[in-house]
Amino acid sequence: MLEIELNGIRFRNPLILASGILDESGETMLRVARAGAGGIVTKSIGMKERAGYENPVVYELPDSQGLLNAIGLANPGIANYGEEMRIAKGGGVPIIGSIFGSTPEEFAFLARRMEEYGADAIELNLSCPHAKGYGMEVGVDKELVEEIVGEVKKSVRIPVWAKLTPNTHDIVGIAKSVEKADALVLINTVRGMAIDVDARVPVLSNRFGGLSGPCIKPIGVRAVYEVRAEMEKPIVGVGGITTGRDALEYIMAGANAVQIGTAVYLRGLEVFSLIAKEMEEWMERNGVESIDEIVGAAQRR
Amino acid sequence: MRMYHVVEIEEIHEEAKDVRTFLFRDSSEPKPGQFYMIWLPGVDEFPMSISHIGEVKGFTVKKIGAGTARMHELREGDKLWIRGPYGRGFEIIPGRALVVGGGSGMATLAPLIEMLPNADIVIAARTRDELLFLERFRERKPWIATDDGSLGFKGFATQLAENLLQDREYDVIYTCGPEPMMLAMVNLARKYSVGIQASLERYMKCGIGICDSCSINGYRVCVDGPVFHAEELFSMTELGKVRRAPSGRKEVMR
Repeated sequence: MLEIELNGIRFRNPLILASGILDESGETMLRVARAGAGGIVTKSIGMKERAGYENPVVYELPDSQGLLNAIGLANPGIANYGEEMRIAKGGGVPIIGSIFGSTPEEFAFLARRMEEYGADAIELNLSCPHAKGYGMEVGVDKELVEEIVGEVKKSVRIPVWAKLTPNTHDIVGIAKSVEKADALVLINTVRGMAIDVDARVPVLSNRFGGLSGPCIKPIGVRAVYEVRAEMEKPIVGVGGITTGRDALEYIMAGANAVQIGTAVYLRGLEVFSLIAKEMEEWMERNGVESIDEIVGAAQRR
Repeated sequence: MRMYHVVEIEEIHEEAKDVRTFLFRDSSEPKPGQFYMIWLPGVDEFPMSISHIGEVKGFTVKKIGAGTARMHELREGDKLWIRGPYGRGFEIIPGRALVVGGGSGMATLAPLIEMLPNADIVIAARTRDELLFLERFRERKPWIATDDGSLGFKGFATQLAENLLQDREYDVIYTCGPEPMMLAMVNLARKYSVGIQASLERYMKCGIGICDSCSINGYRVCVDGPVFHAEELFSMTELGKVRRAPSGRKEVMR
C-alpha cells in the first residue's frame, strides 16, 4: 500500500531518513533500515574530512517544537566513506548519497565516487544554512546551482536530487533553475538563532543554526505546494514530519515521498514504522489504495 | 523538551589528582549511570555522568580538555548550565555484584555502589594519586589495584577482578573505566558466565541520539546507553578497538 517508485527506484514506503540524522556510520544506517525506513540519505559528505563545529551544536526547543542545530557538516571525507556505504547497502533499502562542495567540479567528483560506492541516487546539499562557502551560500545562486546540477548530471548515471533551501524569497525560481535534476527535495532547515538570556550569548557555538521539527512544517508544506503548482518533477517533502498525518499533508501538497529527521529525536527509531502504520490506517479508512492517488490532492488547479 | 537549567555550585571538593567534585542542588531525578550535558557559555559543552544523587547532586570531573580545565577554574557560587539527565542508566539486578571502576570511571559507579550495600568493589587506577573515592567507600572495604603497585594489588583492575571471579560467585559485574579495561571485563564476564553492565564513554556531540557521533556498532552511546548489557557488549566488535574521530572517521585505538 505504501510502496512507491521514484526515478525508477522502488521504495517499500515513502519514508526516507533525512540527511544529517544518524547517517554517518554504516552500521547505524543498517539499524535505521531495520527499524523500517523506506530509504536512507547519508550525512552530507565532502572532499575532505571535517570535524564540524565545537559544542554546543544542538539546542532543544521547549515543548517538542523542534531543534536548532549547527553540526557544521562534520563528515569523514569521501575517501573514507566507501566502507560505510558498503555496510549501509546491506540494509536492503535504497541509499542516497548526500554530497556538498563549493564548485560544480567538486560536486561532480563527489557524485562519481558515491556512484562507485553503490549509491542508488545522489542528493545535492545546496542548502545547509550554517556552513560558510557551502550549502545555502551556494544554493541561493541560481546560475551556480544550475551549473552544479548540469555537471553532476553529466557525471553520473544514477538519479540526482537537488535539496533546496527555504531561506530565500524565491524558492520556485531556484527550483526552476535546477530543472535538470531528477527530483527536488524541499526543504532544508530554516536559518535561526537561540540566545540564552542567563548567559547572554547565542547557545550554538556557531551562533546561527538550522531550525527543524514541527515548528517548520508549514514552511515546508508551503514550499512543496508552491513548487508543485509550477512543476511536474518528482518532489521529496521534508520539514517537521512527525506523524502519519504530517506525511499525508506533504503528499497532498505535492510530494511523492517524504524525509524524516527530527522526528527520530521526538519519537525514537520506531518513528518510521509508527508513521507507516498511521498512514496505512488513514488510507484504509478513506479508501485510498496507493500514495500516487493523493499526490498533490490539495492543489487547486 | 529539555533546555538548559542553571545550577549554582555549592561546594567543590578535591578528590584525586586533577579530579574535583562540584556539588549543586536541582529538581532533576537522575539514575546512576545517567549523564548531563554541561555547558560553560563561551567555552564548551561536554557530557558528564552524575556522581552524587539525592537532594545534593554532584559531578566529579577530571581535567582532560579545554572544557573540563575551565570547569576546574570555577569557584563556589559560580553557575553551570546543564541539560539532562540523559541516557539509559544502570539496571540493578538482584544477586551478588562485583563493581569494577578504573580511574575516573569510579565517578559514574559511585551512586550505583551506594544502592548496592553488599557489592564487592574494585577501585583501580594507574597510580595511588589517581584512585577515586577511597574515603567515600572506606567502610565498604574496597579492593584496590594500581598499575604501578603504589597502593594495593600491583597490576590491572582486570587481573584483580579475575582473582575475585575465581574465588567467589557473582551474578553481575558493573564496570566503568578506560574502554580496553571494559573490553577485558566483558571477556571475563563471558568466561565466567556472569552478567555484565558497562557504562561506555565516546566522543559525543548532541547527546540526544541524532548526530551519530558517539555510535559504536550502530548503538548510540547517548540514548541507547551509556550503560550497555552483556549481549549488546558481546556484539560490539569496535569495543576497545575502534573509535570515531569528531569527523566520524574510524580510528584504531592505541
